[in-house]
Amino acid sequence: MTVKDLQKAVRQNIRDYGMYIALIIIMAIFTIATKGIFISSRNIANLLNQTGYIAVLAVGMTLVIIIRHIDLSVGFLSGFLGAIAAVALVNWHLNVWLTLVLVLVLGILAGLLTALPVAKLGIPSFVASLAGWLIYRGALLMVTSSTGTIIIPDKIFNAIGNAYIPDIMPADTTFLHGLHKLTLLIGLLAIVWFIFREIGARKSKQAYNFEVPPADMFVLKLVFMAIVLGLITWVLAGYNGMSWTVVIMIAVVLIFDYIAKQTVLGRHIYAVGGNPEAAELSGISVKKITFMVFGAMGLLTALSGILFASRLQSATPTGGTLFELDCIAAAYIGGVSAAGGVGKITGSLVGALVYMSLMNGMNLMGTDISLQYVIRGAVLAAAVIFDVTTRKVRR
Amino acid sequence: MNTPILEMKNITKTFPGVKALSDVSFEVAAGEIHCLVGENGAGKSTLMKVLSGVYPHGDYSGDILFEGKVQKFRGIADSEKAGIAIIYQELALIPEMTVYENILLGHELRKGLGVDWNETVRKADEMLKRVRLNINPETKVKDLGVGRQQLVEIAKALSKDVKLLILDEPTAALNEDDCDNLLELLRHLKKDGVTSVLISHKLKEVIRIADTVTVLRDGQTICTLDASKGEVGEQVLIKHMVGREINNIYPDRRRGDAGEVVLEVRDWNAYDAKLGRTVLKDVSFKLRKGEIVGFAGLMGSGRTELAKSIFGNPDGYELKGELLVKGKPVRLRSPKDAIEAGIAYATEDRKGNGLILIQDVKQNITLANLAQISQRGVVNKNAEVKAATEYKDALNIKTPSVEQIVVNLSGGNQQKVSVAKWLFVQPDVLFLDEPTRGIDVGAKYEIYGIMNKLVERGMSIVMISSELPEVLGMSDRIYIVSSGRIAGELPVAEATQEKIMQLATN
Repeated sequence: MTVKDLQKAVRQNIRDYGMYIALIIIMAIFTIATKGIFISSRNIANLLNQTGYIAVLAVGMTLVIIIRHIDLSVGFLSGFLGAIAAVALVNWHLNVWLTLVLVLVLGILAGLLTALPVAKLGIPSFVASLAGWLIYRGALLMVTSSTGTIIIPDKIFNAIGNAYIPDIMPADTTFLHGLHKLTLLIGLLAIVWFIFREIGARKSKQAYNFEVPPADMFVLKLVFMAIVLGLITWVLAGYNGMSWTVVIMIAVVLIFDYIAKQTVLGRHIYAVGGNPEAAELSGISVKKITFMVFGAMGLLTALSGILFASRLQSATPTGGTLFELDCIAAAYIGGVSAAGGVGKITGSLVGALVYMSLMNGMNLMGTDISLQYVIRGAVLAAAVIFDVTTRKVRR
Repeated sequence: MNTPILEMKNITKTFPGVKALSDVSFEVAAGEIHCLVGENGAGKSTLMKVLSGVYPHGDYSGDILFEGKVQKFRGIADSEKAGIAIIYQELALIPEMTVYENILLGHELRKGLGVDWNETVRKADEMLKRVRLNINPETKVKDLGVGRQQLVEIAKALSKDVKLLILDEPTAALNEDDCDNLLELLRHLKKDGVTSVLISHKLKEVIRIADTVTVLRDGQTICTLDASKGEVGEQVLIKHMVGREINNIYPDRRRGDAGEVVLEVRDWNAYDAKLGRTVLKDVSFKLRKGEIVGFAGLMGSGRTELAKSIFGNPDGYELKGELLVKGKPVRLRSPKDAIEAGIAYATEDRKGNGLILIQDVKQNITLANLAQISQRGVVNKNAEVKAATEYKDALNIKTPSVEQIVVNLSGGNQQKVSVAKWLFVQPDVLFLDEPTRGIDVGAKYEIYGIMNKLVERGMSIVMISSELPEVLGMSDRIYIVSSGRIAGELPVAEATQEKIMQLATN
């Protein structure tokens, strides 16, 4: 392993890891500027909880953009579905679990409804979802018109956006004092799982007689990833441990990343994005994929609405305002391409973290809100420019 | 020989890791028709991009002299100003604009602050006369056929006072009539003092029209041949292009008795409701096991539409008639149904709707049959690499690995990926739509060899082709399609180019 090999590896991977590096740099800058407050366990926990509802939306939006569409309706749909949850709990006295299922199902239906004119009639998704934007905005105002903001009293529902996973031991034991033990345990299990998975993948490659990276590189990668996972765990365990929001966010990213990367469905989604006509002629139903992706977007929109309403412990007439643009920005920062067929689910999570770190960090610094918008815009532009220019020199 | 209008001396152009042009010299005499031939990847397009300034001065080494002066083009605008115009295979016209708007696009005639539309129409009309195209300049470009669009493009070049006209494979998408027309026009323009450089894979037309032929191979000038001295001939050109002699371009195959009928179409009618026209009328044909059936006909005669209407009808025509697969009537409602019934269709437009250019070789090969390499909906990526590598080796696809992005491959190799993709679904019937369009002689020979192997193993192939020698050389039987009907059927022993053309133009 020479310096040259390393340089080559860096060049080839800069595009894949550019956003991770940007995220680390942004976090480092804020940590210095806030004299360490930013990186404190308490603030990171807060940042992740803020990121939850945007990250969940960005995952869905990434899929939508991969198949060359856009969904503007998700912001107010998320607000509207949050309000439906509030009404179901407060006015209809519905069981909280039933409420959650109802809202998620409504989300899927709303997504399919947006897809209907797009897939069946070829109406541009921009227009179809703009109609949805107007409709759900109106619907949200209607639902909240009589009462204004609806306060949600349900403890279980509010726990989703505010509470942390329980611990197996009290935090004030002398053993690992002040740390959240279950979070540590989960982190440890994640590291073990990751290492076993990587070794398994390597073994199965060897079974096929394929070339694998040299053993020292492989071990280096494992050690590096273990340290990263360990650090994240340590920081999270320092406050109340993992919140339910973080659990949901990670689950969503893992599940959708698996679908996108490993399954036939995922491959069909990328094929439709890469060349819809060729996909159709390869026996893939573009209509079906369009419905599925918008359906998934609807499901995640509902989840985002639940997370947001739960976090505020209420549904407001302005809930979900501008979420659609925030999550589109996060998806683009995460490296999705408007030309279709390119983008990663993990990228959308990193994009959302970059976007929300900027907001969180600048709030800590007391930056004027007007300047905050300017900086967020500049970062979005920089991310897309970086993406386009690194794509050109890929060969 | 006349004084040279263009001299390119010792041009070398390298891309990271590849020497695309190595010390190439290229000289064009004033007032001649100069053909530039070579296999795909020989460097023809790169040379023309150097000339036109797409690769600006400083990006390459060597000198360009145009009309005796050293030129340092920094972009297309510079070379156009000097009088060089290039017409690419992919036309650069705006379909939604009228012919006259297109012709003067980029150098509009001004009157005050606006455009002088009257003068524009007059000038466009004049240019259309020069290319002998008799159409209303108010027509929108999208309403013209490809052949006429090409002429509009030439008219556009002429309106800029072009001295050197470069045509990059202009006839690849044209039918015989339009081809003749275009070649005739080049002769005509020659009389007007316009020098032309023609890049072409069709050696017959090169022989017909060229005053001089330059052959490139592997980024080097191999030779320059003078037609007036009788140096230009098909065998000679092929020899120089591939560096070896290909005596029989159509490889031999065992022609046994054809087996049972695997695909039959009876009284097949298709109506395109979107365009309000009848696409196919009373088409009937049979395909037997282990035979290659050629479908000849002019561009737009309905051959592609026929193939697609059988292959699950993705364009949504209203269909009437019977389709039988292995003797059983079937209704195929989508390409998916067709694939499951054992039918595959490799499209004529591999870049447009055949391949996914931004994905790699393996993903393209496995796309239509991911089930083969997955368990419970999860793709086994190692099995995928293994399968794709097998096809890559079997078809001799030239790529460093199956992880290479398809857009980086040459045309011939892209075509092989497209064929590999459909072989991976293991069909009984394979439709190949223009399987050798725009690919070089060596790759063509390989594709023919692959086709022969497949039918020997019992596959049945329908080959749609506009190149008559290919149809005659490869088919067992030939159907001729004209205006959406089967105009005739000929066993290959009785078929000649003349007979086919007569039926096709009927």
